[in-house]
Amino acid sequence: MTKIKTALLTAAAVMVAAPAMAEWAPNRPIEFVVASGAGGGTDNFARTIQSALTRNDIVDAPMVVLNKGGGSGAEAFLYARQNAGDPNKLIFGTNNVYLLPYVAKLAYTTEDLQPVATLALDEFLVWVKADSPYESITDLIDAAKEAPGTITFGGSQSKDTDETLVALIEQVSGADFKYVPFNGGGETGVQLAGGHIAANVNNPNENIGQWQAGAVRPLCVFSPERMAESEPIGDDMGWHDIPTCKEAGLDIESYQMPRTVWLPKDTDPEVVAFYEDAMKKVAETPEWQDYLTKTSQTGAVLLDEELASFIQTNEDNTVKVFQAEGWTAAE
Amino acid sequence: MGNLDLLMHGFGVAITPMHLMLMVGGVLMGLVVGVLPGLGAPNGVSLLIPLTFALDPTSAIILLSSMYWGALFGGSTTSILFNIPGEPSSVATTFDGYPMARKGESTRALTLAFMSAGVGALIGVIVITLLAGWASNFALQFGAPEYFAVYFLAFAAFIGMGSASPAKTLVSLTTGLLLSTVGMDTVTGEIRLTFGLDQLLSGISFLVVVIGLFGIGELLSTVQEGLRFRGVGSKIDLRDVLRTIAELPRYWATTIRSGLIGIWMGITPGGPTAASFMSYGIARQASRKGEAFGTGRPEGIVAPETADHSAGSCAMLPMLALGVPSSATAAVMMGGLMIWGLTPGPMLFATKPDFVWGLIASMYVSNLIGVILVLATVPMFAALLRIPFAIIGPMIVVICFVGAYTVSSASFDLWLVLLFGLVGYLFTKLGYPLAPLVLAMVLGHKAENAFHQSMILSNGSLEIFFSNTLVTSIMLIALALLILPKTLQLGSRLRRKAPVE
Repeated sequence: MTKIKTALLTAAAVMVAAPAMAEWAPNRPIEFVVASGAGGGTDNFARTIQSALTRNDIVDAPMVVLNKGGGSGAEAFLYARQNAGDPNKLIFGTNNVYLLPYVAKLAYTTEDLQPVATLALDEFLVWVKADSPYESITDLIDAAKEAPGTITFGGSQSKDTDETLVALIEQVSGADFKYVPFNGGGETGVQLAGGHIAANVNNPNENIGQWQAGAVRPLCVFSPERMAESEPIGDDMGWHDIPTCKEAGLDIESYQMPRTVWLPKDTDPEVVAFYEDAMKKVAETPEWQDYLTKTSQTGAVLLDEELASFIQTNEDNTVKVFQAEGWTAAE
Repeated sequence: MGNLDLLMHGFGVAITPMHLMLMVGGVLMGLVVGVLPGLGAPNGVSLLIPLTFALDPTSAIILLSSMYWGALFGGSTTSILFNIPGEPSSVATTFDGYPMARKGESTRALTLAFMSAGVGALIGVIVITLLAGWASNFALQFGAPEYFAVYFLAFAAFIGMGSASPAKTLVSLTTGLLLSTVGMDTVTGEIRLTFGLDQLLSGISFLVVVIGLFGIGELLSTVQEGLRFRGVGSKIDLRDVLRTIAELPRYWATTIRSGLIGIWMGITPGGPTAASFMSYGIARQASRKGEAFGTGRPEGIVAPETADHSAGSCAMLPMLALGVPSSATAAVMMGGLMIWGLTPGPMLFATKPDFVWGLIASMYVSNLIGVILVLATVPMFAALLRIPFAIIGPMIVVICFVGAYTVSSASFDLWLVLLFGLVGYLFTKLGYPLAPLVLAMVLGHKAENAFHQSMILSNGSLEIFFSNTLVTSIMLIALALLILPKTLQLGSRLRRKAPVE
């Protein structure tokens, strides 16, 4: 009698447990922890995914966006560390997740987060004011060589992607620019349109409005190939008509910023698989395609090993620039 | 005239039953969000963004902006009744609003605040309508040195004629500046004054400090003075509302001046909070009876409220036309704009006239709805002061803590509220003014950034602040505001002394 009972109980337990082991699904609201303030690039990235997941019924659980942009996003990554093993928290960032610990002394390391996916690569372009004398990137570099330290490059934040790129341009070309950090790409765009700085390295989305209005124009893009075809935007040029910096004579093969999704470390492999699957589905939704077109980003779904090797390469290349500039935080 | 035609077209877009419903709903939600300190307009609007996925962009922005207006109105309510600013921009309203309410004139104070807020918003929208193109060009003139000059002017206007002793003002101001530097610095990328505490990484939230300083600090004082709000016994009469409205035209000069300040600060991203402080400071300087400010002067309510709302409305313009939000709420809305697939920028006016002018037309309508709704609630809110302290006191404590927690969902902030409650109490008891501290916290970091950027641009030369007409004139006005009042005082004192000798 007891044997049968035990057997039945075991069977029942196995039946209950089995589906849970095969597949994990969120049973609580998912927190979207965003490593930027509301309205920033990372914020839009996260909210687009939220909208794609909701509208296409990919995930049933409710999703809440939480902005933790303090300390250039470090706040969000520290939050991930404090919530190790929590499967209901997704962290949204860029390459700042693994680059920040190099330039600032922070209480988290990249190992505190589990990479889930990269969904897009944001491009960087060199922009100048529409009526500026510089017709090409070489003009700009030559001018900076002639009068070192006088040509101002604006960018968002300090020792972040923008300043790194400007430093990289300097290291490759031997020119010397003056870098001025502002709060964000939008602000830098307006500073350029107003003629308060000579150039900036904004992402397409941060300057498109000013380009349309004919206030600024692009010189070159830091991608291996030209960007996708598009409608003409400013001066009868579309994104595809912009030369890559390499063909324009500046020897930087590519400089792109990944839009990344992370989990806190120590979650089950099923959890990671669940979110990987969800992100793959997001990449196929019309909302996502629309987002890529509107923001002129390159779609790139990188998961698992591909993602790991991408991160490794990106990290190594950037750290080289950091070291050359002496930015790496003292041990 | 083109703009007026477009505006009429906009009214056609904005006035549909669906949109009117969204406006009423948005304003009501905004009122609730605004009344609760901490749960300010930026949080409220970002909570609503997921709901707008199902709406078309025009309806979505109408809903979000209506909520913003509601929150701006609601923020003044608790400032006046309990000395707890519901919104950062209504801090300046506490200075005279709360004393007036304590004199038993809470109905008058609330009506003054709401009416001048409505007028301010109207001034702002009219400017947007008429000057849409010109204003965005004006904003482009502002580089780092110009920004610094504007912030400097805000400081100068507010401090030039402080009634407290200069030394005490300085202590309060520098404390605020010190607090504003905590966290990561944009320009150098360094982490400052966190003492290794992760909780301080994102800085000390201005709202948390204000809730502590004003809300808890005031409560402590009240407890010490005998567990009673002095507002008890205030008459509640709808006729008071009407009488106050009739009183409004008397403050026309203050209203116009504050409206202009609001427009300026709204268009050049200074923001409503800076506008309300600056406007309050200038009103105090312009008034002949300068000392009486802070005791419940009507101008002390009219000035910050008018400026706050005209800046709030005008802030929509740089957001739409330049993609630069001049208030936290505008930043959130801009994020929404991008999710709906619109690119803010100079071309938005040309490519999406339905959206832009629908929004502008809705600003007229929803502010009107806002004024009517809040005026209807005045007696109800004023009645809150009749509730015995034993009941309302604990409720305020709860609201303060809930409010502080919602700012960034961090329990560390609750300790900060307690700490700053104590600081607020001590400051008040010892006669240190709180306003300079608050002002420095709001503008300190921005001013520092702008100064630092200017120094990079000029290789460390201060001449950059006098390098063109625009920045020079702002700096000169600021210096005049800083120096003249004291010199005049000194001068008149000397003249008075002369005949005696």
